[in-house]
Amino acid sequence: MHEYSIVSALLARVETEARAHGAEIVHRIRVQIGELSGVEPELLESAYELVRERTICEKAELEIVPVEARWACSSCKSTIPKGAVLRCSVCDLPAQLAEGDEILLERVEMEVPDV
Amino acid sequence: MCETCGCGDSDLVPVEVHEAILSENERGARHNREHFVEQQVLAINLMGSPGSGKTAVLEATAKAMEGSWRLSAMSGDLATDNDANRLEAAGIPSQSITTGSACHLDAKMVHQGLHQLPWRETDLLFIENVGNLVCPAVYDLGQAFNVVALAVTEGEDKPLKYPVMFRTADLVLLTKVDLLPHLPQIDVATIEDGLARTMPEPNVIHVSAITGEGMDRWIEWLEAKRTAALTEVAAKA
Repeated sequence: MHEYSIVSALLARVETEARAHGAEIVHRIRVQIGELSGVEPELLESAYELVRERTICEKAELEIVPVEARWACSSCKSTIPKGAVLRCSVCDLPAQLAEGDEILLERVEMEVPDV
Repeated sequence: MCETCGCGDSDLVPVEVHEAILSENERGARHNREHFVEQQVLAINLMGSPGSGKTAVLEATAKAMEGSWRLSAMSGDLATDNDANRLEAAGIPSQSITTGSACHLDAKMVHQGLHQLPWRETDLLFIENVGNLVCPAVYDLGQAFNVVALAVTEGEDKPLKYPVMFRTADLVLLTKVDLLPHLPQIDVATIEDGLARTMPEPNVIHVSAITGEGMDRWIEWLEAKRTAALTEVAAKA
């Protein structure tokens, strides 16, 4: 299970971002996780619950936005249904993953002291 | 609002980041890739389940390539040096990367492994990943190509069960094909159909490390990739 190392990387990235803005508390983080990213949202959540203690994210809610896999022809861009052979029957070209492999930190909401 | 000491308001600031969570690993992978390109070493990330025959394929590759290319390898292993020892015995200078509890190699581990290996004096570096069909697919190591070893004994539905792994594969080595006569329940066409539904450009070579079947096609594939890489470097120079 690699979700722990994903969470460690996430917390390090959030901490850098928070420090850059002089924030001491993070309230919410939003991530995008693609269906074909190799990361399981539920495992990510439980890893986050365990790892966030005594970090800047201790009180931060983790919002996971799932992204469905979408395959499309590399030329005509028509959608190739999931589970089908990954080749466009019209253009006879391989499909491309248009979205669904994201492991992305989208947004961090932090509390910045007013100076 | 500061509720404890009344020192003034705090602002809730939303910051849009839009960055890969594994950006640090991506940086490391880019760094490794630059090294490999500079030194003209073709790096192959070899993945697959435990027991899929990754080490056996490499042993057979060493035998088939004897006297032509200089090979080196690093092997990711949770707890032992067995694979690296086997590869050394087969004549491939090898370095074991003991990952402890980690189920995959990452770019940093590979970079550290490179310091222990005379990889610069070789043409081809095999990075034998930890036996696992899930986690290794997530981490870019800086390789030129991903190759997945899939044994016919693993069942017909592995590609559909592990789409993330097969999506990242540039080539699948269908291993242990010498066992097919003993496996009447396994239909190779079903395995290949699963690959066509998970790999946009399915590319499969049937091999047996025991009989040597298909090793010539595998070596041809490697040679074509290396020639293409060298041509690309020459074109840029």
